[in-house]
Amino acid sequence: MKYAYFPGCSAESTARDLYLSTLAVAPVLGIEFIEPAGWSCCGTTMAHQVDHDLSVSLAAANLLKVKDMGLDMVVSCASCYSRMKIANHEISTHPKTREIVSAALGRDYDGSVKVRHFVEIIIEDMGLAAFKKALKHSLQGLKVASYYGCLLVRPPEIASFDDPENPVYMDKIINAMGGVGLDWPHKVECCGGSLTLTRSDLVVKLSETIIAMAKDSGAQCIAVACPMCQINLDMRQDDILKTTGHRYNMPIIYITQLMGLCLGMSEQALGLNKLIISPRETLNFIQSSIRS
Amino acid sequence: MPIRIKKEAVKRGIINRVKEISGIDINTCLQCKKCTNGCPVSGYTSSSPSEIIKKLQLGAGEELLDSEIIWTCVSCATCFSRCPMEIDMGGVMDALRVMAAETGAAKPDGNMPLMNKILLGTIKTFGRTYDLGAMALYKAGTASYMKDMDKVPMILKKGKIALLPSQGADKKMVKQIFNNLEKARKK
Repeated sequence: MKYAYFPGCSAESTARDLYLSTLAVAPVLGIEFIEPAGWSCCGTTMAHQVDHDLSVSLAAANLLKVKDMGLDMVVSCASCYSRMKIANHEISTHPKTREIVSAALGRDYDGSVKVRHFVEIIIEDMGLAAFKKALKHSLQGLKVASYYGCLLVRPPEIASFDDPENPVYMDKIINAMGGVGLDWPHKVECCGGSLTLTRSDLVVKLSETIIAMAKDSGAQCIAVACPMCQINLDMRQDDILKTTGHRYNMPIIYITQLMGLCLGMSEQALGLNKLIISPRETLNFIQSSIRS
Repeated sequence: MPIRIKKEAVKRGIINRVKEISGIDINTCLQCKKCTNGCPVSGYTSSSPSEIIKKLQLGAGEELLDSEIIWTCVSCATCFSRCPMEIDMGGVMDALRVMAAETGAAKPDGNMPLMNKILLGTIKTFGRTYDLGAMALYKAGTASYMKDMDKVPMILKKGKIALLPSQGADKKMVKQIFNNLEKARKK
């Protein structure tokens, strides 16, 4: 299985751990990734608030590079995923937008490159049966709240990712790894990620609602697939403690990091040392089985 | 809650401009309020998505651009996803943001227009976003140095933010996009 892999800006900065774990896991699962040379920012999350044509053009520049490679594009950032899909939609449904974007790029782009999320290709292309065969360790019944957030699933007509109100793709992966994907109500609530620096007061409230619900649902950790959700839910637990006195200590772990653990990879290789809330308890829980 | 708009507002309503920018027809709104009920921030701001739509329909003018929700909207698209009439409320919000920036409307807490400008500036320069640089410029621009300052050393130590801007992007292409769009607009 060969794909063009679009890392997104956060891969080099706040989501280095997502990048490391995705690239570690992929080859072991027989997935080959080629990065488009000179990929650039897709324009998320701010360009659409300022200039519609700019936001579509920035995403399209990368889609055009991938079109030249003749492959599907795989994205591991939910925010990039959303912007790429929106750009394809805008270009293929609005001839005027296509014209403006083509003029900006200096070449025509028709909106035809298929955009997929890493989680999607595990379920849809690889299949859970083949995925299970590659596993070396089990999550040992670890209770995981899979948190999908906004951008993977909405708006459903454009994102077309799983079920928009009750997605289960990540839960299926957790279950396949011997964990328990919890049925909980806040899978697609918004954590306020796009306001994280400008309105941290609001973000603290939105994040706490999600983390508290995960805890009440019995979660030992939250699994995520979006860099903005990850850093937000992880970093803001300290502010939640300071403003409300509530201590959650809830590890926010990328789904790819959990996959890597079950494939026998080291914590270092998966960037688990970069998480702000220590995943030590979760790791001990899983690893007790590996040692015995 | 009664919705009030100024009497003279009818003449200078901005609904057509919203449609012109976004391509979205909000006149099909049924006021079922599914958008407002699902909105994660409407409980924390002084107005709501359904109220913005009603005010636009009633002929609200530029005073609407001062509404706090225009900048507290998190672009989560819950409203659009649940709207029975498939109105892309996020797209309406984007149009209102463009207009608010044009007219220099009041900015509520957290200067989102400045944040947007700085982040886009880093993309124009480096071809990719530069978080740490953008954070520093935003803090300088809003004189909010102390807020979140405890976070920076921690995420730097963890290697959870890049110290330097990325150098790998096709900068020529990105600059070309910015320049071509600017030229097209001037025509």
